[in-house]
Amino acid sequence: MSEHIAERPAIVIDGLHKSFGNLRVLRGVDLEVADHEVICLIGASGSGKSTLLRCVNLLEPIDAGRIVVEGEEITARGVDVDAIRRHIGIVFQSFNLFPHMTVLRNITLAPIKVEGTPASRAEAEARELLDRFGLAEKADEYPDRLSGGQQQRVAIMRALAMKPDIMLLDEVTSALDPELVAEVLDVIRELAVAGMTMLIATHEMGFARDIATRVCFLDDGVIAEQGPPERIFGDPEHERTRQFLARIVAAGRM
Amino acid sequence: MKVAGGVPGLGSSRGVPGVDPEQPLPPPGNRRSRILSVGEPGARSVWVAVASTLVFFGVAAVLIVRSPGWASIKATFFDREVFADSLPKIVGQFSTNVFIFLVAEAFVLIVALVLAVLRSLSGPVFAPLRLLAIGYTDLFRGIPTILVISLLGFGMPALQLQGFPKSEIFWAIVALVLVYSAYVAEVYRAGIESVHPSQTAAARSLGLSRLQSMRHVVLPQAVRRVIPPLLNDFIGLQKDSALVAFLGVIEGLQQANIISQATFDFTPYVSLAIVYLVITIPQTRFVDWLVERDRRQRQGGTQL
Amino acid sequence: MRKFLLGLAVLAIVAAACAPEEDPAEPIDSGGTTEPAPVDAASCAADASLVNDGVLTVGTGNPAFPPWWEGGTTDANKDWEFNDPYLLQGFEGATVGAVAEQLGFSSDQIEFVPVPFGKSFAPGPKDFDLVVQQISYSDKRAQAVDFSESYYEVNQALVSVEGSAIEGATTLDELKGAKLGAPLGTTSFDYVDQNIQPTEEPAVYNDLNGAVQALKNGQVDGIVVDLPTAFFVTAVQIPKGVIVGQFPTVGAQEYFAFALEKDSAFTDCVNLALQAIKDDDTQSAIQQEWLSDKASAPVIEG
Repeated sequence: MSEHIAERPAIVIDGLHKSFGNLRVLRGVDLEVADHEVICLIGASGSGKSTLLRCVNLLEPIDAGRIVVEGEEITARGVDVDAIRRHIGIVFQSFNLFPHMTVLRNITLAPIKVEGTPASRAEAEARELLDRFGLAEKADEYPDRLSGGQQQRVAIMRALAMKPDIMLLDEVTSALDPELVAEVLDVIRELAVAGMTMLIATHEMGFARDIATRVCFLDDGVIAEQGPPERIFGDPEHERTRQFLARIVAAGRM
Repeated sequence: MKVAGGVPGLGSSRGVPGVDPEQPLPPPGNRRSRILSVGEPGARSVWVAVASTLVFFGVAAVLIVRSPGWASIKATFFDREVFADSLPKIVGQFSTNVFIFLVAEAFVLIVALVLAVLRSLSGPVFAPLRLLAIGYTDLFRGIPTILVISLLGFGMPALQLQGFPKSEIFWAIVALVLVYSAYVAEVYRAGIESVHPSQTAAARSLGLSRLQSMRHVVLPQAVRRVIPPLLNDFIGLQKDSALVAFLGVIEGLQQANIISQATFDFTPYVSLAIVYLVITIPQTRFVDWLVERDRRQRQGGTQL
Repeated sequence: MRKFLLGLAVLAIVAAACAPEEDPAEPIDSGGTTEPAPVDAASCAADASLVNDGVLTVGTGNPAFPPWWEGGTTDANKDWEFNDPYLLQGFEGATVGAVAEQLGFSSDQIEFVPVPFGKSFAPGPKDFDLVVQQISYSDKRAQAVDFSESYYEVNQALVSVEGSAIEGATTLDELKGAKLGAPLGTTSFDYVDQNIQPTEEPAVYNDLNGAVQALKNGQVDGIVVDLPTAFFVTAVQIPKGVIVGQFPTVGAQEYFAFALEKDSAFTDCVNLALQAIKDDDTQSAIQQEWLSDKASAPVIEG
């Protein structure tokens, strides 16, 4: 799954349609993500950013189209969903840490149970991660003792512990107090620098402009416009993109 | 000057008992001594509560003791000699009940969990299992327990099938397990459904299988939440263990019956009640303690 | 402060208002040492206070089992199972009929109420004047209720099925290894417990039906019931049932008696009536009619 054949994209999303009942959320999304790319998805609430990410992770079944990850069509019939998820990490807006486990156990659960990693090695690697991201002393705490920013960082580490090829980040700072956002963004920045392929849905435009290799503007269920951050933020082609960005600027968020 | 707030001890639904919302709150720290000192508005309602409770129960006690039938009630229900005589015998036979409900509860906890998990399986391929679980629950919650016990306890031996034990205790345990699993399965199910789906989403996203998610993430949280109702059903089971008397086994209640009918006295039932209280009250306090200790783990982790 | 005192005063007034008065209708102590004893049952009964005026209210168990009650069920009194007590047939039925007659009640002045065994001795006023359902006298029980004189001296018997291990038992020792059962509340159980003392704990069933069912299923080797009931059970309820034998009396002779409310004035009246029907041989005629063929069975030696 991690062979780097040159030119083969990490993710291919082809004509993706997804509806919830009568509500059509994704109306034909096409997207290619190369290895090591950092794609930032921006768009209004309800534009389908979260849904798109959840489809890539097979948390939502799709209605039409296909998704290919590392050369394997994950939306085909009879696919082993659990196996695919091992290679894709996802972090949610609401962290979703397991409240009945310590931080350390949160991180080591999946490697031990899914990969069969021996407990001692899983713990050592977990502590390494905690150390790297500055939370070593919280290893034996329960999630409710941590701040929101700390919990989200743990959530990212939990996903990283499975050594995924791709990370999906779904508005991971939207639920945080402003002063806690920075610590989380730092973590993500580090991952980007280290070469992780990432698909990030975010409202943090400044951050997006900083680390994205490409920005995609999701509007009304399709990718209305995509391109390098300088172009999208500096000189967008489409009227809708302009309107959206204007609203963001007016709200003081950029 | 109104005295607002609820009466302490009788359930206050309006914030801090004894505190008048029209008055500014006293500064925190040392509030306790303030409330107990007469003269403070909060203190007054506490004293009223204490006094009226004492008066109420005092009056009730006087009314009961002065009633014309009291002497005969006292002799029939609170006969010291019969009590002393019956208590050891009842405690002795109660060991049968203890055996029955301990064994039954062990199986109930497992069978009910299986039922609840079966019922929670989503997807069309699992429909037959789900229907089985639903049908089972409907059946055994609908039939009176005594009927299940007598059908199995008298009916199965009557069929004279080879290889099936005839022991009444065996069939009583089977009946109780069948019936109580249906109730407890619903309790488990409520617990499972109370765990936010985002927990399952997070677990599955890490690559954990459906079963692994259930076992490591959902069930530990679900079960912790439903410990009080689980204890409720367990206490019900402890009392229903007396139904085995219907099959002739001399357990605690039947022993009380025997002594009662031999002496024409109801005091043995008071002895039995005391036995039950002695075993159930510690259980309740234990669960209270468990829930309190666990409360901190329920917070955090999933802020929506 | 004023409100508090006012509240307290209200409570006190309510308490005083609710305090019950002494019941003016307390039954008069039936010692009667200052008056001469009544001469016959009828005049005694005429003075007694009854639960329902002018009617003798008799309690018995439902179902009303043979041979104590006979005649079958009727449409007029559908609620009674096995037998309708109003027919005044069967050993207890006929005895009640004869006693009632002595007390001055005609047969349509007798009412029956179903009384579960446990309710016979429950405290508080009874809804019957007397209850009759094979209740054995015991000193302990006499502390809670009034007992009449005996209306039947009873022996216990052992019922089993053909081919069982204890079918041919002739001594109590042979029963020690058996699993025995008895209905609840009967001296039958006491007999097993105290005199047979089997190694395996006996079974006690809430009613006769349970004991019979268990015997049919082979869950017990034998059940102990009083001798007349044993005849009924083997004749009607248990195919292949056999009476292994009757048990010898141990200690005082057991007997059945009517039970009445403790210290009831009516007890003397009932006793006068019982004495009368014994004196004029009515009682032995009743016994002859209903129980004669249910009186002989080999005695199991102690």
